[in-house]
Amino acid sequence: MAKISEDDVRHVALLSRLYFTDEEIRQFTKDLNSIFSYVEKLRELDTEAVEPTSHSLKLSNVIREDIITSPLPVDEALANAPEAETGYFRVPKIIQEY
Amino acid sequence: MTYESVIGLEVHTELATASKVFCGCPTTFGVPPNTQVCPICIGMPGVLPVLNKKALEYSIRTALTLNCDINEVTLFDRKNYYYPDLPKNYQISQNYRYLGVNGLLEIVVDGRSKRVGINNVHLEEDAGKLLHPSTASADYSLVDLNRTGLPLLEIVTEPDMRGIKEAQIFMMTLKNLLQYIEVSDCKMEEGSLRFEVNVSLRPQGQQAYGTKVEIKNLNSIKTALKAIEYEMRRQSRVLDEGNQVIQETRLWDDVEMVTRAMRSKERAHDYRYFPEPDLVEVRISKEWQEEIRRHLPELQDAKKRRFIEQYDLPEYDAQVLTSSKALANYYEECLRVYNVPKAISNWIMTEVLRELNERELEPDEFSVTPVHLASMVKMIDSGTISGKIGKTVFAEMVETGKMPDLIVQEKGLVQISDEKELAGIVAKVVAENPGPVSEFKKGRQKAIGFLVGQVMKLTKGKANPQLVNSLLREQLK
Ligand SMILES: [Zn+2]
Repeated sequence: MAKISEDDVRHVALLSRLYFTDEEIRQFTKDLNSIFSYVEKLRELDTEAVEPTSHSLKLSNVIREDIITSPLPVDEALANAPEAETGYFRVPKIIQEY
Repeated sequence: MTYESVIGLEVHTELATASKVFCGCPTTFGVPPNTQVCPICIGMPGVLPVLNKKALEYSIRTALTLNCDINEVTLFDRKNYYYPDLPKNYQISQNYRYLGVNGLLEIVVDGRSKRVGINNVHLEEDAGKLLHPSTASADYSLVDLNRTGLPLLEIVTEPDMRGIKEAQIFMMTLKNLLQYIEVSDCKMEEGSLRFEVNVSLRPQGQQAYGTKVEIKNLNSIKTALKAIEYEMRRQSRVLDEGNQVIQETRLWDDVEMVTRAMRSKERAHDYRYFPEPDLVEVRISKEWQEEIRRHLPELQDAKKRRFIEQYDLPEYDAQVLTSSKALANYYEECLRVYNVPKAISNWIMTEVLRELNERELEPDEFSVTPVHLASMVKMIDSGTISGKIGKTVFAEMVETGKMPDLIVQEKGLVQISDEKELAGIVAKVVAENPGPVSEFKKGRQKAIGFLVGQVMKLTKGKANPQLVNSLLREQLK
């Protein structure tokens, strides 16, 4: 049975660029463990006869022709940006790392 | 110690569709920032991606050409990471059921054929572009999402290449093939073909692989080769000093020309892939595969054979002219304007290829278009200009892009075929060169070449050489 440690929570928080106090980390660890225990119950089901699936819908090949639709006007595209400059989204400085 | 390098590649190529892979935004390169975006590719909540059929067909076409097994059911997955060039904070890619697997590409190294295994071919979406203002005080970066969501095909090889030459030939062969099957323009200066490289060293003769290093950020074949070369030197130094190569991801620094270890903690490799719930499975039936296979564009070997038969070309000419699809197209466009296969081939194999190589241009970027070249060859054949003047006209077309008839007119290069005018010049040359004249009369045929040369000199190369020759022989009888 999965047991989530405080380190797991810190790791996932880092990957998601979220920063928590120690108190919050303790709380999330507790909450996540209880959620996981609940989901673990599913293991009790017998799924022997059920085929694995990647999706809840019995659909395949939902595809579109290669046709251009009109894009957003640039001011609309940038409307939700906290900061923008000459048509670009402006974000905190990123050191190029890949 | 002598080491053998073991090299594997991940090749990313942008597919040449009109619209993006999961939305209808156009894919034109070089337009103003954020003018080819919509709620889907910009990552607005609640929108639904829908797969582009042509991107899928191009992917299948590539996988088939690379001799892959096509998975009859292929799936998309989310690759999660946080970076400002990725507005959704995940990239739609494939991880659990690739489109194509177990392929191979045959390359020819020093006359020997070698098979490079293709581990898999999969379809994903490209990320956006980040700009870093060059002023040191700037505390921000700029984001352009036009590239976000372009269809990107990733081709992953097995670590089958040994040494830099095999890697180079593989990259060039693959680029050529992608252009032949018309799935990508492979314009490296526009980022349409990018590489990641795995390199490890092992002592010559050892079976087990050494520790591999992954190098990212390689935007051209040339850069990839420089990075491999640097990395081979770095690793052999580490090993010679008795140390261990560390398994890591390194970035190529194009300014300093070195690879640098990535600060891995800042970007942990923990992508937490899971199936993309917004896209359903894709079924690729055997019938669909066969249909795509039947409509494959003409590949290099077939084109070469056709050139030999249809245009009666020597095998060597056909080989050179089909060395890239763009060059073959250039050639055939010339023939549509003026159908003299061998003459056009001669010009392309010498003057055209020399200029393209020197200027590092693709045929479709060349100032001398097929219309230019074919019209010029036609002017030579009709006697308007001599073959020698043709070279002058060609050089002028390269520089100015002007049409040959305009150049000939502006520079007064029309061939002198007026018998009376030439006869006068010939008489003058005969009178001024008694030495060679008497030699010729004594039976030394070669002396006439000198006299023809003198006439050409006086006419600045414009005299019709055949006419000069016959006039000389007549006057020297
Ligand atoms: Zn879009």
